[in-house]
Amino acid sequence: MLAFTLRRFLQAIGVMLAVGIIAFAMFRFAGDPVNQIVSIDTSAAERASIRQSLGLDDPVLVQFGRYFINALQFKFGVSYQFRLPVSSLLAERMPATLELAIVATIFAMVAGILMGVYSALRRDTILARLFQAISLIGISLPTFLIGILLIYLFAVTLGWLPSFGRGDVVKLGWWSTGLLTVSGWKAIIMPAITLGLFQMTLIMRLVRAEMLEVLRTDYIRFARARGLTTRAIHFGHALKNTLVPVITVAGLQFGSVIAFSIITETVFQWPGMGLLFVQAVQNVDIPIMAAYLLMVSLIFVTINLVVDILYTVVDPRLRSTVGRAA
Amino acid sequence: MTQPVLSVRNLEVEFVTRRATLRAINGVSFEIAKGEVLGVVGESGAGKSVTGLAVIGLIDPPGRISGGEIELSGTRIDHLPPEEIRRVRGKRIGMIFQDPLTSLNPLYRIGDQIIETIRTHTDLSESAARRRAIDLLAEVGIPAPEKRIDGYPHEFSGGMRQRVVIALAICAEPELIIADEPTTALDVSVQAQIIALIKRLGRDHGTAVMLVTHDMGVIAETCDRVAVMYSGRIAEIGPVQEVVRNPLHPYAKGLMGAIPTLAGEDKRLVQIPGAMPRLSAIPPGCPFNPRCAFAFDRCCIERPEPIRQGTQSVACHLFEPAKETAA
Repeated sequence: MLAFTLRRFLQAIGVMLAVGIIAFAMFRFAGDPVNQIVSIDTSAAERASIRQSLGLDDPVLVQFGRYFINALQFKFGVSYQFRLPVSSLLAERMPATLELAIVATIFAMVAGILMGVYSALRRDTILARLFQAISLIGISLPTFLIGILLIYLFAVTLGWLPSFGRGDVVKLGWWSTGLLTVSGWKAIIMPAITLGLFQMTLIMRLVRAEMLEVLRTDYIRFARARGLTTRAIHFGHALKNTLVPVITVAGLQFGSVIAFSIITETVFQWPGMGLLFVQAVQNVDIPIMAAYLLMVSLIFVTINLVVDILYTVVDPRLRSTVGRAA
Repeated sequence: MTQPVLSVRNLEVEFVTRRATLRAINGVSFEIAKGEVLGVVGESGAGKSVTGLAVIGLIDPPGRISGGEIELSGTRIDHLPPEEIRRVRGKRIGMIFQDPLTSLNPLYRIGDQIIETIRTHTDLSESAARRRAIDLLAEVGIPAPEKRIDGYPHEFSGGMRQRVVIALAICAEPELIIADEPTTALDVSVQAQIIALIKRLGRDHGTAVMLVTHDMGVIAETCDRVAVMYSGRIAEIGPVQEVVRNPLHPYAKGLMGAIPTLAGEDKRLVQIPGAMPRLSAIPPGCPFNPRCAFAFDRCCIERPEPIRQGTQSVACHLFEPAKETAA
């Protein structure tokens, strides 16, 4: 168990190193950053002094080493457009993105599991077929279109929900949360549904397929032969076995939820990291792009690690190789 | 005569498919008395397992019991509402399946699975159920049960898992145990132990046992009576010595002739030509007629009904009292 965790941990570090090299390479290949900072009439001497102050004339390896050591301390340099440290820009935007991602994932998990279980157990009902149809829409419609449709319906036509922004936020230390105000909750509903819909349909289809598979197994038949209640069989025995693959997918999807929040944040003008990233791309603000890349990979790698460890919590067969010999 | 624990009369089970309605069980009748072990033998697809599942009410759609009666100690249990038959399952009828490796839920400790079953059927408290679970594990021969009760299924060998399955089947002191090929998936050396265990439990608790198997050695060793099934019907039923030593039905004869013995090495084993008909193509009359060496005209027209011959009962026109011929 410890060896397993340690091995996974080392692999995660390897992945992060590789991503770090790619992020650093962006500085070398995406044009001259000095040109982005200065205006046309800046003199060559001034350009050289900016170049030197940014450390851009040092050897590549030195620059990489410096970048790497700074990155370890969450220092990602200074944004070209805002003239502010990237880390504080990201930290300021992160709560918005994380809150959106968490609410979207919880929505996707709860709705997806409920709908999946229902459509597996009551396969031939009209509601189950409706869920299947909805899941098809959720999988095939692109995110931005769903967002725009929601805005049109609930913000423009009905006027129930705001079409953009986070609503009122409350500061809790450095974390700003929109989940403590009514307007914050109103503002998060549509972006969260837009962001989570694809995950929800994915989870729903997965739960349905897994559940049908599990219900056919011998241990479910034996549980029925033991006279256990239908409730205990479906929600105790079958659902727990269904959740093993669901945890993986939901966990890995949490990474993509954060990564793909770029689109949702753009549609809803949600002041998160994704929106920051889109603005950075438009302005070739490489420090932000590189830092965002590192952040998202770190989240992905961490989630992978957590999912691997969670597996062993749910499934005792993976827990120890020592107990097997007993 | 005392009331039998299980009494099945003219049981019919159908599977409704898009093309046709297939009759998997067609007029099966038998009884099992208290403490008696009835063996059910036959080829794959003869309807042995389906009979067991029908008794415990686990025939899943598109299958259904389409006729006949099943009585457990005098009360009818076929066509009970789902919630009531659930209360019968596990409490009054215990079932053991073929593959112990897949019968237990891999994510739950075996103790939790036993305690859950006990508490479903009795009012015992959590701790009392746990003590009972430990006693049960000891009874089925699991060493150090107070330790092993917290183990997961994957920590047990196949034979030990089948013992756990048996403990689960008997945890509410059922009147009847249905064992569906309980030893098929096990090593030969373990098979004998499991069979001895089932036999001992039946004797100690006065439980009736329906033992479905295709292993004639197990039948001869364990059972009091044996039913030979063929194509959804009982071809012959009777005390095990009689049926094994002096089978009447031509199919039973073939089956017994196919048992290898160490003594008769010079003799070739008997083979029954052909294969059992598919459910969709059962011939009219006696279903065995295409493979039977003694078949005559009537076998292809009229379905034979069970006829008593001493302690045995055989469904074959050869034993018709009016035109009795030498068997």
